[in-house]
Amino acid sequence: MSVSRAASRALALALAPCLALAAPAAGAGEAAPPGPPARVVSINLCTDQLAMLLAAPGQLVAVSYLARDPRASTMPDAAMAHDITYGQAEEVFLRRPDLVLAGTYTTRATVELLRRLGVRVEELPVVESLQDVGTQMRAVGRLLGRPAEGERLAAAFEAGLAALRREVARRPRAALYYANGWTGGRASLAGEILAAAGFANVAEAGGILPLEQLLLARPELVITGEPYPGASRAEEILAHPALLPLRREGAIADAEWVCGLPGVLKAIARLGALQAEVAR
Amino acid sequence: MNRAVLPLLALLVAGLFLGSLLVGPAALGLGESLRALVAGGQERDAVALVMQEVRLPRALLGLLVGAALGLSGAALQGFLRNPLAEPGLIGTSASAALGAVIALQTGLAAAHALALPAAALAGAGVSVALVAAIAGPRGGALTLILAGIAVSALAAALTALVLNLSPNPFAASEIVFWMMGSLADRSMLHVWVAAPCIGLGALLLATTGRGLDALTLGEDAAEALGVNLARLRLAVVAGVAAAVGGATAVAGAVGFVGLVVPHLLRPLVGARPAALLPASALGGAAMVLAADIAVRLIAPDRDLKLGVLTAIVGAPFFLHLIWRLRARLA
Repeated sequence: MSVSRAASRALALALAPCLALAAPAAGAGEAAPPGPPARVVSINLCTDQLAMLLAAPGQLVAVSYLARDPRASTMPDAAMAHDITYGQAEEVFLRRPDLVLAGTYTTRATVELLRRLGVRVEELPVVESLQDVGTQMRAVGRLLGRPAEGERLAAAFEAGLAALRREVARRPRAALYYANGWTGGRASLAGEILAAAGFANVAEAGGILPLEQLLLARPELVITGEPYPGASRAEEILAHPALLPLRREGAIADAEWVCGLPGVLKAIARLGALQAEVAR
Repeated sequence: MNRAVLPLLALLVAGLFLGSLLVGPAALGLGESLRALVAGGQERDAVALVMQEVRLPRALLGLLVGAALGLSGAALQGFLRNPLAEPGLIGTSASAALGAVIALQTGLAAAHALALPAAALAGAGVSVALVAAIAGPRGGALTLILAGIAVSALAAALTALVLNLSPNPFAASEIVFWMMGSLADRSMLHVWVAAPCIGLGALLLATTGRGLDALTLGEDAAEALGVNLARLRLAVVAGVAAAVGGATAVAGAVGFVGLVVPHLLRPLVGARPAALLPASALGGAAMVLAADIAVRLIAPDRDLKLGVLTAIVGAPFFLHLIWRLRARLA
C-alpha cells in the first residue's frame, strides 16, 4: 500500500465517527448482504477457532492475537497462517471486513464503533453447556455461508460426546479452581465437562470460592489451570500449601475448555482417565 | 508515663488476634476452631487445615505488618522530629512495593527465597535514605512531604509500569494490591518471608530509643549527651527499611498506620520517643488486625483492601494534623 493511500485511509478512518454521526446508521440498518461473506474478521478467541475450522480458503482475513497463544488456543499453528488483530476497531476496520465475528463479552466500545462504521458485526454468546457446543458450530457455519460444514463439525462432536459417556461406580468430589479463587459451577461448560468425566463438582454455582470454603468442601481433587509466566498474586492462591496435596495442575489444558470446540472431547477423555485413577 | 498503657495494648492485640482467627467466610464454631488450631498429625482434618494454613498466617501477618508499620512510624517521627513522617506518606512503602514487584516479575523471587524480602528492603532503604537526606532532622514539614510525594509517585508509577509489562495477564490488576495492601489468602510461606525481616528491623529500631529521646533536645544537645547521630541515622534508616520492606513484600503498601498510631498514643505515654516505640508497635498491630477483621466483615467475598480502611481513618486525621500545623505557623 502506498504511503498516500495509507494516509488517506487513515484520514477517512479518523473522520469516520463524525461521518457516522452525521449520517446515522449508514449501512448499519441494511440487511445482511446476499451470499456468503467474502472477508471475515474474528475478534474473539472462540469464534477465531470455529471460523478457522469452518471457513472456506481465503474467506477468513484475520483472527485475534489470542488464537496464536498456545495457552489459550487449541489451534495456534493454524492461526499462524492468518493475519492477526488486537481487536481494536481501527485495525479491524482497515481490513475492510464484510462480517466481523465477536463474542458477547468483546469490548462493547469496539463492537459499537464498528457498527457505526457500517460493518456487520455478529456476536456469539459464551458457550455454557455441552449442548451449546454443537449449536454454536452450526451457527458459525450458517454465518459463514457454510451450513454443511457447520453441520458436519457439530454432528462429529455430538457423536464423539455420545461415545465418551459411560457409567461410573463412584463420583469423586472435585473442584475447579482458578486464579483469584474463582471456581466453575455445575451450570457451565467446565462444570459439564467435569460431570461428563464422572466427577461430582463440590461447587454448585460458579464465582469466587474462598479458600477456606473450598477446603471445608473436602474435595478429593482440585483441578487448576497452568500458571502464566511472570508472577501474580492472583495465581499464588493455587500454590497455597493447604491445596498442594489435592491439586492437579494442568490436568486439563486451559485452551481445551474455554471454548466450545472439538477439543472439549479431549478434555473429557483426559479427565475421565483421571477419574478412573482417583475413584480407585 | 502511664504504666498501664503497654499491658492494656497487649491485651487489646491479643483479643484482636483471637478475633482475626475466628472471622472468616467459613462459619466455624468457637470451640471447634480453637481445637482445630492445635490439632496435629493424623487428626488434621479440613477444619484444622483452614485454621492452621489459612487463618493463622493471616492473623500472624496482621500482627507483624501492623507492628512493623507502627514502630516505623514512631521511629521516623522521632528521628525526623516531624509529626507528618510515616512510611506510607514518605514513599517507603511504595518503594518497597516496587522492589518486591521487580523481584517477583523478574523471577528472582522464585529463584531464591531471600530475593523477595531483600528487594523490598532495598527499595524501602533507598527511599528512606533519600528522604532523610533531603528533609533531614532539621528539615521542615514541607520538604519532608514534598520529597515524600515525589518518591511515592515515582515508585507507584514504576510499579504500575512493571506490572503492566508483565507477561502475566493477572499482574496488571494487582496494581491495587501493591498500593492498598491486603492479607487475603496469604500462607505460612509469607510469614516466613516477612517475619525475619520485620524482626531484624524491630531489633534495630529498639536500639534507637535513647538516641531519639536525646534528639528531642536538639542535635547539638544530643551530641553533647554522647549520641552518635550518624549511627542513629543508620539504625533508623536500616530498621525502617527492614521492617517496612518485610511487611510490604507480603502485604502490599498499607498506609497511614504509622501516622495515626503514634499520634494516638503519644499523649498516653508522654512525649518520650523511647516509650512511644513499643507502644506504637502494639498499637499498629491492633490497628491492622482490626482493619483486617473489618475488611472480612464488611465485604466477605470481595477482598476489600486493607489500605482502604486505614486511609478512611487516616486521611481525615492527616488533614487535621495539617490544619493544626497551619494554625501554628500562622
